[in-house]
Amino acid sequence: MSTTVTAPKPTPAPREITTTPRFSDKVFRAVVTAGGLSSLVILGMIAFFLVFNGFETFRAEGLSFLTGFEWADAQPEEGLAASYGVGAMLYGTLVIGLLALIFGVPIAVGTALFLSYYAPEWLKKPMVLIIDVMAAIPSVVFGLWGYFILMPHAEYWAKLIHKYLGFIPIFDMPANAFSRSPFIAGLVLAIMIIPIVTSISREVFAQTPLDRIQAAYALGATKWSMIKAVVFPYGRGGVVGGAMLGLGRALGETVAVYTVLNLMYDIRIEVLLSAGGSVASMIVNKFGEADAPELRALMAAGFVLFLVTLAVNFIANYIINKTERKG
Amino acid sequence: MSTLSLSAKPQRPWQPTFKSLIPDILGALFTAFATLAIVGISPLKGKLGFVIVLILMAVITTSVISWIRKDRKAALNSTSTVLVYVAAAFVIVPLASILWEIFTKGATGVSLNIFSNDMSATASDSPLTEGGLLHAIVGTVYLVLIASVVSTPIGILTALYIVEVKGKFAGIVRFFVQAMSGIPSIVAGLFIYAVWMIGLGNSYNAGAGAAALAILMIPTVARTSEEVLKLIPNDLREAGLAMGATQWRTVAMIIIPAAKSGLVTAVILGIARVAGETAPLLLTIGGADGLNLNPFSGNNSALPYYVWKNLGLGSEIAVQRAWLGVFVLIVVVFIFFTLARVLGAAKGSRK
Repeated sequence: MSTTVTAPKPTPAPREITTTPRFSDKVFRAVVTAGGLSSLVILGMIAFFLVFNGFETFRAEGLSFLTGFEWADAQPEEGLAASYGVGAMLYGTLVIGLLALIFGVPIAVGTALFLSYYAPEWLKKPMVLIIDVMAAIPSVVFGLWGYFILMPHAEYWAKLIHKYLGFIPIFDMPANAFSRSPFIAGLVLAIMIIPIVTSISREVFAQTPLDRIQAAYALGATKWSMIKAVVFPYGRGGVVGGAMLGLGRALGETVAVYTVLNLMYDIRIEVLLSAGGSVASMIVNKFGEADAPELRALMAAGFVLFLVTLAVNFIANYIINKTERKG
Repeated sequence: MSTLSLSAKPQRPWQPTFKSLIPDILGALFTAFATLAIVGISPLKGKLGFVIVLILMAVITTSVISWIRKDRKAALNSTSTVLVYVAAAFVIVPLASILWEIFTKGATGVSLNIFSNDMSATASDSPLTEGGLLHAIVGTVYLVLIASVVSTPIGILTALYIVEVKGKFAGIVRFFVQAMSGIPSIVAGLFIYAVWMIGLGNSYNAGAGAAALAILMIPTVARTSEEVLKLIPNDLREAGLAMGATQWRTVAMIIIPAAKSGLVTAVILGIARVAGETAPLLLTIGGADGLNLNPFSGNNSALPYYVWKNLGLGSEIAVQRAWLGVFVLIVVVFIFFTLARVLGAAKGSRK
């Protein structure tokens, strides 16, 4: 056997290990980054264009744009300058938002508790489905339903409240006009925000540490004492954040509110009276026949609404994220 | 020889026996009779009075029974239990009412001609057998299609940026996208009006409406996609990289295929979210009574717009048309909603 000595194969040159991404990865990351940042760009553009178009109104009105009650076009023949202020509408928006919270949050939190701790197993899935379906219903449907179905009932409830609690100033009635009141708008909005408040509350309730729940039961707590002692302290932030998210939705709701609320450029404390305000509905209301200066004022109003809802959402998400991270 | 037959019956000492249930049954009966009696005698009338008395009586009876049988804490527990059940019932009532009304008021007007006619040659108060929803259905299809085409890449890229690339601004982007989902729809409409009509000098068309809807759709798509991508196990990413693939190849050939149905669900959820939006359309599509097949020129209509318009007209027939429009709209939304759930459920088991 002849031994042929083959030359050893040349060892491959050691591969260069590098952390610099390949060209394809550079392109990939650039594209993804561009896509990812485009949401920020869109938000920035929304703010920019609304301010840009509403700038003249802001300059002409100054702070009184936020505090003024009047929304009047210029009337040259009478020598009246235009006067635009969203004060009354902002106030009205806050009123219906708060009413929505007062009606909606207890029911939403109760439902979240029901789903987390009370409901029998077989009922949980259908109930969650019901909440999801509610969240999927378009706002114009709530408007139609609120106007034709809920309103007759709600007027009757309002009359009862006025009859028995009329001595409290907010339930007073200067005129016999119960329809399309902030009370009714608040009811419709409450139904619209229940899904989001319920699902956020349920999420944080689900993160309550099981050992503490069991510890509470082991100490002889009833279900309610357990919820009071463990679930509420733990999930308080989430409930508050969820309620604020709901408030943000309520403040920005347009179509449903427009249908069931009578807009009035006035600040009134009587919630049962057919006179309320909503910035978003006002924009739709005035948009149709707006001339150029009024359109600028509407853009400015839109910017105010944008800032308010963005701020509410920021705070809400901050609180929720903080609560959820605790778990 | 006897076989040992020791089959111990499972005992459940914690389960209520019939005897322990007697007070509860008596309490429920008492509640029912007392409610009927009070509503019958007192001036309280109607469903509202009945419901209020029923809730009050239920709270009082269960609390008193618990107090007598146990103590104050048990009474408090019973009260809260009743109230929690009442809250859950209150959620079902409005939804049931909404669906019932839509079905009874809207479904009656459904006939074949609403899918083949538009309103260009029909007065709003001529009977429902004339005219139809064709223009609105076509408009909604255009709006949804264009909005999806625009928002799907942006939404998914945003999710990829947050989960895969984990860029410098990932936290900020995530936070802003969360906040963006709370933007009022009317603001999106105003923005598009400012850019498209005032800025670029175009007139109303479906494309503008779709752009406004896309803004509202992006956060939904991005956040749902983010959840989906987070569910992909890290092993898959590491396997891809260990095989020498670049990040681009890993994402394109492993992550995206693995997450495909979830991403589709995200888009469909986004569609369900925007298909019924009305407010931005009022400022952007202009509204039309006739069929307009060109989405980028001329006024167009949409289902929510059709409902809105007929609601504003206010005549009896117009309102019937509005209910009909709502019925069709709800059917469309629920189809997408169901699709999203079915597709989501197929992958959901991995969670």
